[in-house]
Amino acid sequence: MEIPYTVEPRQDTGLFNAKVGIWLFLASEVMLFGALFSSYILLRVGADAGAWPHGLLNVWLGMTNTIVLIVSSITVVMAWASLKMKDFGKFKMYQSITLICALAFLGIKSYEYHDKFSHYQVWVNPATSVLLDEGKTEALKPGDTVDGHLIEQDKDKVVIHGHIVNPEEAAKVTHGWQEAEIKLEEITIKKSDVKYMESYGPWHNTYMAIYFTLTGLHALHVIGGALVIGFIWGPGAGMWKTEPERYTNRVEISGLFWHFVDLVWIFLFPVLYLL
Amino acid sequence: MSDSHNSADIKAHVKGYLFVFYALIVGTIVTVLASRLHIDSVALTVAIALAIACVKGFLVAGYFMHLISEKKMIYGILLATIFFFAGLMFLTVWSMNHDSLIHMNRESATYFK
Repeated sequence: MEIPYTVEPRQDTGLFNAKVGIWLFLASEVMLFGALFSSYILLRVGADAGAWPHGLLNVWLGMTNTIVLIVSSITVVMAWASLKMKDFGKFKMYQSITLICALAFLGIKSYEYHDKFSHYQVWVNPATSVLLDEGKTEALKPGDTVDGHLIEQDKDKVVIHGHIVNPEEAAKVTHGWQEAEIKLEEITIKKSDVKYMESYGPWHNTYMAIYFTLTGLHALHVIGGALVIGFIWGPGAGMWKTEPERYTNRVEISGLFWHFVDLVWIFLFPVLYLL
Repeated sequence: MSDSHNSADIKAHVKGYLFVFYALIVGTIVTVLASRLHIDSVALTVAIALAIACVKGFLVAGYFMHLISEKKMIYGILLATIFFFAGLMFLTVWSMNHDSLIHMNRESATYFK
């Protein structure tokens, strides 16, 4: 049995079936991400004064990923436009760039995740002194922690590239640029002085939990979108010869989803990286 | 993307797509530069970043997703979405007000007496 309205629009709505379907799906997606944004607002506003971290993420990597997604958005729409102009070769070229962008985005995101899993906060025993660059030693005050990337760890010592965090000083940091101005150095701590150390995974604090939830869900959408676009571009491309209009509609629908993924990132980037 | 597009329309639209693309790149760079300004007011920092994000979002939805020239049914779906999304955000903001009912405890709330 042939499915009606896969190519020609219905007379009452002026739309083919899949167009209605994708917009209904995107409407549900708006509510899904809306609920998570709402959670983010409540968690952030409800955080104790000075408790919300700033400058934990690399802004330049986030900006690069934003530009990568914007490039992929223009190539998706240009791919669709190429099909409308009956230029299948250009369509293939534009969508291959889209797929490369998707892989680049996921690669950069993976690097960022790895960076957070190697970023540690170290709590030390009372009256601990640490060894700094150039052989200087510094006695930590009660409540101080060491924060930074793990360089080396053995049975005697832990070496962190970062800085000493005083809770009262940390509470004064309200913008990412303030965190970026903090000088980092190699800090060596005796293993016997380490009370507890924890990486910046989703378990570390509320900010990291919502960061991994939002970006993880977004990355799953990137993977899903790339798989669909990849299928239409590769194994499913035969339809262009038999049903070109239907094939163009498929490209359009996958493109709408891809633009939505870009749209979500446009809001995630400033919210998570800059504010 | 409107279904009535033909080849000539598309050629005309391609210039618009490229303009939106450049605007999105510029918007992204401006967002990062604005965040580097030493603005003390957190509210102003948030307002600037979200205002630029809203403009970029409008460009993607309006031009890449062709919402500025869509059919009425799509607008109907989106109106319903906006209604519920606005309701969700209203509840979020309302719940942050410590005078709202959800923050009253059983002893102080007249509702329970």
